Amino acid sequence: MASLSEKVQDVFNEPGCDKNQAKGEKERKKGCTKQLTPGAAAGGCAFDGAKIALQPITDVAHLVHGPIACEGNGWDNRGAKSSDSLLYRTGFTTDINELDVVYGGEKRLYKSIREILDKYDPPAVFVYQTCVTALIGDDIEAVCKAATAKFGKPIIPINAPGFVGSKNLGNKLAGEALLEHVIGTEEPEFTTPYDINIIGEYNLAGELWQVKPLLDELGIRILSCISGDAKYKEVAYSHLAKAAMMVCSKAMINVARKMEERYGIPFFEGSFYGIGDMSDSLRQIAKLLVQQGAPEELLSRTEKLIFREESRAWEQINHYRKRLEGKKVLLITGGVKSWSVVSALQEGGMEVVGTSVKKSTVEDKEKIKEIMGEDAHMFDDMRPRDMYAMLKESRADIMLSGGRSQFIALKVKMPWLDINQERHHAYAGYVGMVELVKRIDQALYHPVWEQVRKPAPWEVTPSPSKGEGRGEGGTSVSPMTAPTPELPHFTPTPALPLTVGGSY
Amino acid sequence: MATVNTNQKACAVNPLKMSQPIGAALAFMGLNHCLPTLHGSQGCTSFGLVLFVRHFREMIPLQTTAMNEVTTILGGMENIEQAIMNIWNRNQPEILGLASTGLTETKGDDVDAYIKLIRAKHPEIADMAIIYVSTPDYVGAFQDGWNKAVVRIVQEMAVPCEVKQANRVNVLPGSHLTAGDINEIREIIEAFGLEPVFIPDISGSLDGHIPEDFTPTTLGGTTLQQLRTMGAARATIAIGDQMHAAAIELEMKTGVPYTMFDRLTGLEANDNFMQHLAQLSGRPVPQKYRRQRSQLQDALLDAHFFSGGKKIAIGAEPDLLWSIGSFLAEMGCELTANVTTTHSAMLEKLPAEEVLIGDLEDLETRAKDCDLLITHSHGRQMAERLHIPFLRMGIPTFDRLGAAHKVIVGYRGTRDLAFEIANIFLADDHEVGPETWASKETESHCADGACGSCQSQLPVSIAEPPEVAHIA
Repeated sequence: MASLSEKVQDVFNEPGCDKNQAKGEKERKKGCTKQLTPGAAAGGCAFDGAKIALQPITDVAHLVHGPIACEGNGWDNRGAKSSDSLLYRTGFTTDINELDVVYGGEKRLYKSIREILDKYDPPAVFVYQTCVTALIGDDIEAVCKAATAKFGKPIIPINAPGFVGSKNLGNKLAGEALLEHVIGTEEPEFTTPYDINIIGEYNLAGELWQVKPLLDELGIRILSCISGDAKYKEVAYSHLAKAAMMVCSKAMINVARKMEERYGIPFFEGSFYGIGDMSDSLRQIAKLLVQQGAPEELLSRTEKLIFREESRAWEQINHYRKRLEGKKVLLITGGVKSWSVVSALQEGGMEVVGTSVKKSTVEDKEKIKEIMGEDAHMFDDMRPRDMYAMLKESRADIMLSGGRSQFIALKVKMPWLDINQERHHAYAGYVGMVELVKRIDQALYHPVWEQVRKPAPWEVTPSPSKGEGRGEGGTSVSPMTAPTPELPHFTPTPALPLTVGGSY
Repeated sequence: MATVNTNQKACAVNPLKMSQPIGAALAFMGLNHCLPTLHGSQGCTSFGLVLFVRHFREMIPLQTTAMNEVTTILGGMENIEQAIMNIWNRNQPEILGLASTGLTETKGDDVDAYIKLIRAKHPEIADMAIIYVSTPDYVGAFQDGWNKAVVRIVQEMAVPCEVKQANRVNVLPGSHLTAGDINEIREIIEAFGLEPVFIPDISGSLDGHIPEDFTPTTLGGTTLQQLRTMGAARATIAIGDQMHAAAIELEMKTGVPYTMFDRLTGLEANDNFMQHLAQLSGRPVPQKYRRQRSQLQDALLDAHFFSGGKKIAIGAEPDLLWSIGSFLAEMGCELTANVTTTHSAMLEKLPAEEVLIGDLEDLETRAKDCDLLITHSHGRQMAERLHIPFLRMGIPTFDRLGAAHKVIVGYRGTRDLAFEIANIFLADDHEVGPETWASKETESHCADGACGSCQSQLPVSIAEPPEVAHIA
């Protein structure tokens, strides 16, 4: 069994990742995570990333071995949906105390596994390592091995303590754990030439279900989705799929590539966001399946479905196009999502005035340039203060981002839409894109903006001309006649002083 | 009088508890121009940040020293130094609130010494107050982190003052009080002509308002000046048992005498509070509050029909459990299931049989026959499974709006809480029908239940009174 540091090196050296391969030997060793700046860092840890990647497996008990912070401060906080078991939403943690820190927490971990099996009888338990238990030397791999032998159920160690790195690294380490302990350990009842894996899709807000009906219609079976709405056994027999699609940037590229190496499952990188991308993904799936021996007629059936769905979606989006034409969007997100959402917004007639490319690869950036033109406004790491200024100065009409930055927009009274993991609305596939455009329209034309931007009557400086005919020289303004400026949409209150651009 | 037990499980299921460092961070968020920072891995901060954003729906200033594997082993001095200097250069906060985590406590970082060395090396940061509090994740809970941070704020900032401010009163609020609660208490104290200063004051920073400009630090709360003049107050009022230590500390450092109020929810609790303020100020209780008291009496009379005999399940931190639990007992409810997060002197005083230090799984097994579940938003899955009404209280409340403005203190807050709870019982009232009072005995057509169909019913109908409520 490879040590954790070897494994970290292994996932850093990713031949499937062109960005990684473009680096020199030395640079590659440092990995794909930027060195964090103390006092100016944001984002989750490796444990967070591992949990995000695996928790959507619905029938597994996810047990966090560590102090209360790691589970207690953040459980049941993601929108991954399940069609069946709800066990994945139960928070399990060893909640270690001072004595455990001194004497070691392995016994508590072992007992915890037994309690979970007795009470909840899951098909498997995933045990997550955390910083404190890693630091005191708890060997979760040994405990899991002993528990598997004793209880006869797969107890899987997920060795990605927070302090080894970023969320993205955690995604990959989670993938490694699946490759090492889960994938290839069970057999499905039957296989078909139309079996695919979808890797890196988490079924947030039920997005997988916006795509699945189309695959169903084509007779394509999702043998295993890693890990949205997945069952343990589905992941365990995923090695028998004919082809795979890798979603969500490079988060689980190691899983896709190693499954290709080990089991000969070809994969492509695609996205379900945006009409063009959705169609491309369907085409690619069909192409790979035919290449793997599925009847060729699948290709023409796919084209027919794409034609029907695209026309339907366009028709619906056109309805909004007039209202959205020329609206300026500030897009703050990461990785592959940037370009796939950019093209979708352009389909709706909107202009993307800026996009963050913090987690994007060189290839992603090229793609954005391709779509947005050479003068594309890409920001590597946009500071909150800059986003605030951009919105305040009305250089953007709406911001699309993750939940944490929503208040930057709301506090300058500008529309905002959640497009990150915690969102409540599903935006995948053709229906999802129509939904996104509809939501943007709703946000932009909501009556709230006019109300909150209007200053209080007593805050309006009376202008002499308005006082005409009152015989008082225009200095008094009664609340009833106070000029309430009819602010056009998307113009912030001009009365507020602009004091942006400090040292932050 | 309750027996206090701790659950004997190895595995916590559906945690009720949150960790100390984020409790400390919230206390720091009640100081003006402050940047709370956790000394730990970036995940520690990230989880706390998401939690507060979801609860308050506000921008949350919270930084990290971003410890990794190597820096943890070698010691975090360099990271703390970098964090302090980066924060100083970028944000210039007046106060930097630093809380340790499980990770750095396991290693045993001597942060007090680090700060001394860093201050010696960087004289330019002399004006920035740095308050450090030790809060390992594997000890205590959220409430403990809050009270430790307030003790440290008092230790670092309070000084004896020669010149007294005649009307000034220090108020030390527990972590169970919302921004709305603090505003209500402020209004009450001000009505007696006194000038309260809350330490800390999340009503200034996390009450959901729209600031004029973007600021990366807290945008309101107790000011540095107010902290330095704590010693000038004529008295201190501490609300919630968790604030006892801070109140003692403040009296020892400054000589300002303190009075404890274990809760401000309930008629008698508020009578005592008003009486104290009247004595302190030398003014009679204002007419406004006499009227509110009368309204509360009336509300209790109206509500008592519906609350009497109801069984309640509460999962909350000790001081919140004490506030709501005691009040519900005063409304005639039975505190059937009580689960909390950490030790407190108040627990054994609760009018219940047992208080358990445990998790939401423990609460769920005890709450089966209850009429009302009260806990934070994580109780939502349990409430669905148990099919009992669910009142969200405490942090985090992420699936309902307005958590920061919920008021359960004062006569008015207590009155509204009484109505809210009575309304839940009213809404959950089961309709009666012709079968409700039907004797099960008359339904059986064979005296001894020999026919088989009556067999199971017969002993039950004799042993138990007919159930009125459940007609399904």
